[in-house]
Amino acid sequence: MSEQLVSQLVNGLLIGCMYSLIAIGLTLIWGVMNIVNFAHADFLMIGMFTSFWLYTLYAVDPLYSIPVCAVLLFLLGWVIYKFIVSKVMTGPGLAQVVVTFGVSIFLANLAVWLWTPDFRMIQRPLLHGTWDFGAVQLSVPKTVASIGSVLFSAGLFLFLRMTKTGKAILAVEMNRTSALLMGINTEKVNALSFAIGTSLVGVAGAFLSMYYYIYPQVGGTFGLLSFCVVALGGFGSIEGAFIAGILIGIVQTLGGYFFDPAYKYAIVFAVYLVTVWIRPQGLLGW
Amino acid sequence: MKKLAPWQIALCVAALVASVAFPLVVKGTFPNHVMIMVFLFAMMGVAWNIMGGYAAMFSFGNVAFFGIGAYTSTVLLMNYNVNPWIGLVAGGLLAAAAAAAIGYPCSNIRSHYFSIATIAFAEIVRIQFNNWKFVAAAEGLSLPILPEGFRNFMFHSTKIPYYYIILALLALSLVVCWYISVTRMGYYLRAIKESHELAKGMGISFVRYRLYAIMISAFITAMAGTFYAQYILYIDPESVLILPISVQCVLVTMLGGAGSIWGPVIGAAILLPISEVTRVWLGAKGTGIDMMIYGALIMLISAYQPQGVWGYITSIGRRTK
Amino acid sequence: MSASPCLEVRGITKRFGGLTANEDVSFDVAEGEILSIIGPNGAGKSTLFNCITGFYPPDGGKVLFRGKDITGASAHKICKMGIVRTFQIVQVISDMTVLENVMTGAFLRTYNNRQVRAKAEEILRFAGLYEKRDFLGTAITIADKKRLEVAMALGTEPKLLMLDEAMAGLTPVELKGIIGLLRKVRESGVTLIIVEHVMEAVMELSDRVVVINSGRKIVEGAPAAIVRNPEVIQAYLGDRYHA
Repeated sequence: MSEQLVSQLVNGLLIGCMYSLIAIGLTLIWGVMNIVNFAHADFLMIGMFTSFWLYTLYAVDPLYSIPVCAVLLFLLGWVIYKFIVSKVMTGPGLAQVVVTFGVSIFLANLAVWLWTPDFRMIQRPLLHGTWDFGAVQLSVPKTVASIGSVLFSAGLFLFLRMTKTGKAILAVEMNRTSALLMGINTEKVNALSFAIGTSLVGVAGAFLSMYYYIYPQVGGTFGLLSFCVVALGGFGSIEGAFIAGILIGIVQTLGGYFFDPAYKYAIVFAVYLVTVWIRPQGLLGW
Repeated sequence: MKKLAPWQIALCVAALVASVAFPLVVKGTFPNHVMIMVFLFAMMGVAWNIMGGYAAMFSFGNVAFFGIGAYTSTVLLMNYNVNPWIGLVAGGLLAAAAAAAIGYPCSNIRSHYFSIATIAFAEIVRIQFNNWKFVAAAEGLSLPILPEGFRNFMFHSTKIPYYYIILALLALSLVVCWYISVTRMGYYLRAIKESHELAKGMGISFVRYRLYAIMISAFITAMAGTFYAQYILYIDPESVLILPISVQCVLVTMLGGAGSIWGPVIGAAILLPISEVTRVWLGAKGTGIDMMIYGALIMLISAYQPQGVWGYITSIGRRTK
Repeated sequence: MSASPCLEVRGITKRFGGLTANEDVSFDVAEGEILSIIGPNGAGKSTLFNCITGFYPPDGGKVLFRGKDITGASAHKICKMGIVRTFQIVQVISDMTVLENVMTGAFLRTYNNRQVRAKAEEILRFAGLYEKRDFLGTAITIADKKRLEVAMALGTEPKLLMLDEAMAGLTPVELKGIIGLLRKVRESGVTLIIVEHVMEAVMELSDRVVVINSGRKIVEGAPAAIVRNPEVIQAYLGDRYHA
């Protein structure tokens, strides 16, 4: 019984790391532009399909698709920002909330149209099987994916603090007007942050494709979960999102373990509602 | 509200006459079905508009109220033999109560946070119904077939009575929306939309008025849900509790013009025929084309014409003056 | 002060984290008086406004309105009692006409549409905005917006009107106009508190002046006495001029 609990905890930790990587991109976009990217998890789906097709058509292992996904999703994010999202930045509130919702529906159903709504899997990825630690068995792809997402999260963290561009992004996040006055091209920073956010989630897609079902609507659940992560971590906070991702992963698996697995997501959504009721600025926010 | 211009009044009268005459002129099940869907979603758009258009509470969870309405009247009818008309009101009241329960703690949550909270709420409701034995979980409920007639809210030989019922419900919702917009509540909601600070400074309890708006919106949406159940005679979580229905409410309003009385009606009149016809033409379910068009429409409208069709028309009107 | 004061502020203190924005501020406002609150930027004037009108709960002290304790009551209730404030950054409802803006204020006292409209039109005449009643709230000049703010506040039938920089950035002619309007408001029986940087207006309008610096009240008195007060001069001009 307790052995099962430990393995559930470990599982929660592993999936939580994925949530972290997905959510830091979302929180970056949110913080910099004050726009919720409802399409965020659909970029995840695009990343997963990219990796799937590279594997199926050209026998490229998901592990090697990671840079491809990163670049492709970066470009896609840039284009979507330039032609759609940037147009609403000064528009009415409704447009700002709704626009990425449209992107989400469009991308998900484009995938349905192109690739049918079927569930797919990558049959034999390079990384497969389990590592046996006696009490706990670790799935190899899940573990590697989690380690990878921690590395990428750390990479973003360092990028924002160490590089000039990163510091410009942080400056805009803190105060857009002052940043503008100090000669930072905020429009470019917006586009860049959006593209970095989608690029990171594309990387997450490549990792996830190693062990998760790939289907057009996969974004739905992940999207909602990443909102909960961002809320919990404090809106716009990278470190917060990282910690909260792991927390949500654990809450979800433990919720499924102690209650009913059918309700595991309902529990996470309830956590979101309670969080914004009590602390509208996010649980780990200041 | 500004007084209606003569051409606007003429348009309203023409629209009303045309809608009443439609089933008498156009025979055939499909056109009537399309019109019923137009009115149904126009009604839900009107409901959404009260909270979203007037008070800037952008809900993506109105489907929860739709589902509550559909399930309440159906369960009352099946288990307790309660007349669907009573079920219609009961569903509305229950949805309004649920709206109050969720809306009160949410009343301080703004913009995106509110939108996400509504999705979370609707998802919790969906998951609950999907696993709830009392309402047959994912299997769904088939309504018992009663003798047809207005009293039983059920018609088998023709769809025309449904047509007039939903037209009347839509008219009722429009009257409610119009009444709100010309009275104190409408002014207050628009003040709240502008700024919470400003509203407070003018003595407006935004918690209370936001709550009113959500509850009225929920009531109307739930009535639409009951109508849907009585019309289709089968409901399950996959048909009355899914996100695309919420999105549809937002979309018809936005396409037509949020914050105007006629916006949702115009939006539904444009969108629903497109979606119903594409569904029939493309035949197979799940090609995703109709939803893809929706997504593209939302993107393009919000990016390039965020005031909607009504906003576009009135801006032309203003320019030519 | 012979009669009981309109507003009594007793030792208001407000902290934001480690920063004390207001410390132990006390003053009275008599019925029918025009009181100005002045002080350098960041002195805590707006915070004080927010504490009095219920936008922030004060950390210490009391606010009494006509003898009744209103400390910590919510903003909309305080407005209903008769204390109305305007904002430093002009706020009007942008998708409403000038008339509708004032009507929104006037709905506080009655549901009746016709009465509200009549009252709003009367106020617009009073405020000199009647000709512009059908303009959108965003389509009028900044000076008219400031008048509109006052008109919106008057719609709620205030007993005490608190204006946060209603005169900043106006031309001399516009300034004269708004000073005239505020005089008329006072004559109609409304007590006024104004936070202001435009000293010309302060000198001309106020019966008394309260000076705030670094969150504390440093002095209060008649306008003519205030400008000669060395502490006030120091607060505004800094230490260099003290000696």
